[in-house]
Amino acid sequence: MNIHEYQAKELLAPHGLPIPRFRVAASPAEAREIAAEFGQPVVVKAQVLVGGRGKAGGVKLARSPQEAEAAAGQILGMDIKGHTVRRVLVSEAVDIRREYYLSAVVDRGSKRVILMASNEGGVEIEEVARQHPEKIVRVEADPFLGLFDYQARELALAMDLPKSYLRDFTRVARALYQSLVEWDASLVEINPLVTTDKGAIWALDAKMVLDDNAAWRHSFEQLRDLSAEDPFEREAREKGISYVKLDGNIGCVVNGAGLAMATMDVIKLKGGAPANFLDIGGGAKAETVAAALAIILSDVNVKAVLFNIFGGITRCDEVARGIVSALGQVSRRVPMVVRLVGTNEEEGREILRQAELIAAQSMDEAAARVVEVSRQ
Amino acid sequence: MSILIDKTTRLLVQGITGREGEFHTRQMLAYGTNVVAGVTPGRGGQQLADVPVFDTAKDAVRATGANTSVIFVPAPFAPDAIIEEVDAGIGLIVCITEGIPTLDMLRVYHYAVDRGVRLIGPNCPGLITSEQAKVGIMPGHITRPGPVGLVSRSGTLTYEVVNQLSQSGLGQTTCVGIGGDPIIGTSFVDVLSLFEADPATEAVVLIGEIGGSDEEQAATFVATGMSKPVVGFIAGRTAPPGKRMGHAGAIISGGAGTAAEKMRALAEAGVRVAENPSEVAGLVGKALGR
Repeated sequence: MNIHEYQAKELLAPHGLPIPRFRVAASPAEAREIAAEFGQPVVVKAQVLVGGRGKAGGVKLARSPQEAEAAAGQILGMDIKGHTVRRVLVSEAVDIRREYYLSAVVDRGSKRVILMASNEGGVEIEEVARQHPEKIVRVEADPFLGLFDYQARELALAMDLPKSYLRDFTRVARALYQSLVEWDASLVEINPLVTTDKGAIWALDAKMVLDDNAAWRHSFEQLRDLSAEDPFEREAREKGISYVKLDGNIGCVVNGAGLAMATMDVIKLKGGAPANFLDIGGGAKAETVAAALAIILSDVNVKAVLFNIFGGITRCDEVARGIVSALGQVSRRVPMVVRLVGTNEEEGREILRQAELIAAQSMDEAAARVVEVSRQ
Repeated sequence: MSILIDKTTRLLVQGITGREGEFHTRQMLAYGTNVVAGVTPGRGGQQLADVPVFDTAKDAVRATGANTSVIFVPAPFAPDAIIEEVDAGIGLIVCITEGIPTLDMLRVYHYAVDRGVRLIGPNCPGLITSEQAKVGIMPGHITRPGPVGLVSRSGTLTYEVVNQLSQSGLGQTTCVGIGGDPIIGTSFVDVLSLFEADPATEAVVLIGEIGGSDEEQAATFVATGMSKPVVGFIAGRTAPPGKRMGHAGAIISGGAGTAAEKMRALAEAGVRVAENPSEVAGLVGKALGR
């Protein structure tokens, strides 16, 4: 789960990360009040769950409360890559001498938490990795003992951070690692981490990605920005269905994530365009199928639906009855192709035929058929 | 021959009295798997489908000589279950459970591997050695004995391909589901090297998906350490970047982990890469000269 910069800063500040004073505003007047209270220049920053805010004009320096109000007025309501800005962060401005990059991330390859740092801060790290991979330095934390101070010092020296900052940087790195562990984050990124002419070090931006699998031991749900989520994706999530909306016109209901992806791919190979990724999970229960179908059909682009269910042990006659009863619960009808494999698949197909659904034997045939009927 | 499990497997089921644990224990027994013990704390002394239940894994191993375990306990308790199996001296642990927090898995992984224990999963369907043993939740009836080894990050997509292989007369040695999480115990490379060393396996099918770089590492291994033909398929060519596609590990992040990259790496390593899962059996047949 991605969270906003202001939420990440609220989670990170108690760990001792040096973060300039900040507050969140939902209106220009609020932004002015905050700037007046801080009594010095501020930065007004759009709070959206995508990168590239600066380039889109979503980050502005304001030297007075009036300028802060004007900046917030321009930024609030702005559309950044399809995300509407509903809040701005008002943060004390800092004189920047040099920008660095620092992150803690779960590394799938080494199966460890690694810390990455670079003196090419303030730009996307993927860009640095492409252009100057030698400018990224990293250390691996021990899975049981965590990060050692000497490793933080090694990072600092390897990226040529002036030695006067060694102690402060070590404190920052340690706090970053601890906050990742404490919050079950898969990424905590400070970009930029800056040094100032007065010899201070500040975390100016913060990004955190939280592990959905760990939600049960935290109160992540209250951090979720429902307004930034696709309404269909939200409904699916609340019903325990994995759903990702896409731009095509063929809805897919599949059991299993790998098969769901492969189904989308085969639809594309047959010349169609999938409208979604959807995994109803193992059992393929009637009420889950009904909920999935309702979500798919509420996307007005959907012109046809493909069910691809590899039952295995699951009984296909039960799945077929589930699909038929789901059809009774939805208002809109589009052509539907069903492919069922598993125990009792013949009975399953017979039930589908009676309900006037198009039954297909193989995934290939099913995909070809659904592309064909989507064009009629 | 086969890899990892066979007739000599002595299986322990963790969480045997739970709904999933009980259902799949009966399925595994029906397949002919040698299920020797179950563990559910507090239920020691009971029996389930004639399998004795123990309070602890150590009791179960001492009494039955179990050497392999399969875990069906819910995510909050699964890391503890894996560590209990490691400490009980189990050599192969298969964790079916989905939803274990990544940081827990990271420690559990190192704990098991540091002690020489092989962990498969989590968030996986387990494995089957055709007509010998089934550990996990794969449907047994779709496999046939034969010369093809299969390794996959997926569940139902694996069944799809196994079914197709069997229907084309291409049986399997062992089918292994390694799991869809970002941190998993056994990688493609681990399983490929086992298949390479298994005299009964003549060709290998690898089914990958978007996210991470396990497929790229597999490609390097195929190019340098494999003499047997490998056929590959990667799911998720139409997946958008930055979105998690069901599996916790299936996400294209920072432009890395795309299906196209993985397909290219595999093809360059000499893997026959299928565009469509329905082509897999044909490519395997060709590779085996049939």
